[in-house]
Amino acid sequence: MNMSRRFFITLTGAAGIAWEHVLAGTPEISPNYKITDHWWAMLIDVDKCIGCGNCVRACAAENNVPEGFFRTWIERYQDDEHIQDPLVDSPNGGMNGFLPRAAGTGLTGNGVKEFFVPKLCNHCADSPCTQVCPVGATFTTPDGVVLIDEKYCLGCRYCVQACPYGCRYIHPEKNVAQKCTLCYHRITKGLTTACCEACPTGSRQLADLKNPNDPIHEFMKKHSVQVLKPQMATGAKVYYANLDGSVR
Amino acid sequence: MHLNFIYPNESELQWSILIVLYPFLTGLVAGAFILASLERVFQVAAVKPTYRLALLTALAFLLVAPLPLQLHLGHPERSLEMYLTPHRSSAMAMFGFVYLWYLMVVLLLEIWLDYRRDIVLLSRSSTGFLRVIYKIMTLGSDNISERSLHLDERVGWIITVIGIPSAFLLHGYVGFIFGSIKANPWWNSPLMPVVFIFSAMVSGIAAVMLLYMLLTKLRGFKIDIACVDTIAKYLFYIFIIDFSLEMLDLIHRIYEADESFRSLDFMVHTSLWIPHVIIQILLGTLVPIGILGATQVLPLAEHMRKKLYVIAGSLTMIGIFAMRWNVVIGGQLFSKSLLGYTTYTLHLGSREGLGTAIFLTILPLGILYVLVKLLPPWQHESLSLN
Amino acid sequence: MNRFKDSEHLLRVVGVFLVGVTLFLCLRAWFVPKSFGEFGHYRGDSLAEIAALPIIHAGHETCETCHTDVLEVKKAGKHANVNCEACHGPQAKHADDPGSVKPLLPDTSVLCARCHEASSAKPKWFPAVITAEHSMGMPCNTCHTSHSPKIQGDKK
Repeated sequence: MNMSRRFFITLTGAAGIAWEHVLAGTPEISPNYKITDHWWAMLIDVDKCIGCGNCVRACAAENNVPEGFFRTWIERYQDDEHIQDPLVDSPNGGMNGFLPRAAGTGLTGNGVKEFFVPKLCNHCADSPCTQVCPVGATFTTPDGVVLIDEKYCLGCRYCVQACPYGCRYIHPEKNVAQKCTLCYHRITKGLTTACCEACPTGSRQLADLKNPNDPIHEFMKKHSVQVLKPQMATGAKVYYANLDGSVR
Repeated sequence: MHLNFIYPNESELQWSILIVLYPFLTGLVAGAFILASLERVFQVAAVKPTYRLALLTALAFLLVAPLPLQLHLGHPERSLEMYLTPHRSSAMAMFGFVYLWYLMVVLLLEIWLDYRRDIVLLSRSSTGFLRVIYKIMTLGSDNISERSLHLDERVGWIITVIGIPSAFLLHGYVGFIFGSIKANPWWNSPLMPVVFIFSAMVSGIAAVMLLYMLLTKLRGFKIDIACVDTIAKYLFYIFIIDFSLEMLDLIHRIYEADESFRSLDFMVHTSLWIPHVIIQILLGTLVPIGILGATQVLPLAEHMRKKLYVIAGSLTMIGIFAMRWNVVIGGQLFSKSLLGYTTYTLHLGSREGLGTAIFLTILPLGILYVLVKLLPPWQHESLSLN
Repeated sequence: MNRFKDSEHLLRVVGVFLVGVTLFLCLRAWFVPKSFGEFGHYRGDSLAEIAALPIIHAGHETCETCHTDVLEVKKAGKHANVNCEACHGPQAKHADDPGSVKPLLPDTSVLCARCHEASSAKPKWFPAVITAEHSMGMPCNTCHTSHSPKIQGDKK
């Protein structure tokens, strides 16, 4: 909680300038944004996620995400001692929250635990999706965000196959690949992402690894963090605190 | 596995039957070319009657090979970007160049050099529109002196020698497109390119063998049994290598049983049981290997052998197609969460449906028909018969 | 030229290839976007294009410049770190034109349950109730105030 407040204080100045920019109708990369001064990441505290679906809805509204596809989504996990066999569901990406499980469908027995895991593009430093793009329509920006150039994408779908996390989809009308942009149109103006803005518990925190004052450094020092599927060695930059081993 | 869970974006399958067709067609190209080079480089005289047919078959299939890719793109009009700004780290980006190299430098040139004498003669004897076509094909030079033909022979030989590794490259790289995807455990294997090359040789050799027998029959000529026997013998040997490699891959997966094993094993025993175990391994591999093996050891009559070759060749084609299907479609039937499965629905009339796939399979045969009419591969044979 | 008499047709092939390669290079120079390669193997202009996408969520800093009264109430209560648009939805249009775009007030009988409906998967520290038993369909703001949800006089 405390962390998110301090975080916002550091951003307020820049955000104020940016908003004037937006109002003035010149919403490009704001003049005080230096692309090489940032290296964006995200921190997710699994223990703070309440599965409300705010992030999914906010993302869909902010980014015009087509129905049935997701740039961020929430999974509900249930597992016991057999962590290889978790029970997972994500009805409509968790957009409308989660109903209690139907009677008799959950795990019983000792050691059963349940939790929510928000997912999004990991903005990998060594991203397999940009590696396979045949034409350079998807790429990692100098500030560490993996983006897609919709005017250049062929729609060959190779990147969708190469993402180990299922973060990409093909837009049903535009026929190009899409995924989380880490709200590049917001973070370059000093705003946080839509999902972080809408998260009521501070489970999600946008982080700038190049900013020495970013609270993420303090957090990483004191907590164990993990990335999804570390065996894939993709240099994932969405860090999870309190992540259970059953999550994949 | 208590609950079927797939990542929300996985509800849509990405690569359809057209992408199954693509490695199948390029495989036929590579295989047919390697059969042709048997005669040219490795001096296997018995297969000479199929030399030109194999080259034309390779060309016909190669011309169609990029079409399924093109048709499945979300933005086909942007496909030129593959040539203009190829991404060097992408296996797929190299396709354009490998393809062009193979089409222009290897196949077209080799065919042209081999047919040049015929083209010049045809441009003299034919009339009307055909004459114009042949004239263009001569590139304006009608020199068929002894020395120039000898030169063609020499250059052609060099191109065939370059062509063999090129054919391996063409298809090995198709395997690499799949084998290098670490996100997908069903594809991710360094054996993938090698398996693709050998299965390509199997399918290409079987296809040329069938086409040769069919076309010779249709033309009312006698099938050269020594030639077909030799082809069948090579098919048998290469098939055994191919099968061993595929089994090595399978056994390795079963023995290693990594994190993906339970998920994939379940898939092979359910949705892939018929296409993979029954059609690919049993019907499409073991049975033809058995038949071809029998023709090698048993003293069978000529007409019996021919029949068996047709059966074995046809089963081989079905088996290799099933192999492509199981790689491409099978690799998308399970979730990357390894917790669930999806299904593939094959539509009939859509852009990426069965209708398009059938059309694209028949199209090379149509092109081959035109090529055979334009550049008769039986020139020497008919001349000697006259 | 006599030396090349019998290899002339091969030189013609080379010529055809050279024409092809030249054509390709011209095409390439013509069609590749100017900004391609500015930062890496992609169209440099696409960065600014993506950064220019419209903002839909105004961000709480923007809200707070006008709604200072709400900020004061919120700061003192449990919802201090819940941002405005978490409950009120995206409001950039309202921030842009506060006079004519008026946000709808959310229905608390539905809104609050999104977060505070009890579920076995929620973290134990999070305050949650079974709304059917707790409020029986009554709007939550019958008793609680949304911006500082503690009930008046409640000791906790």
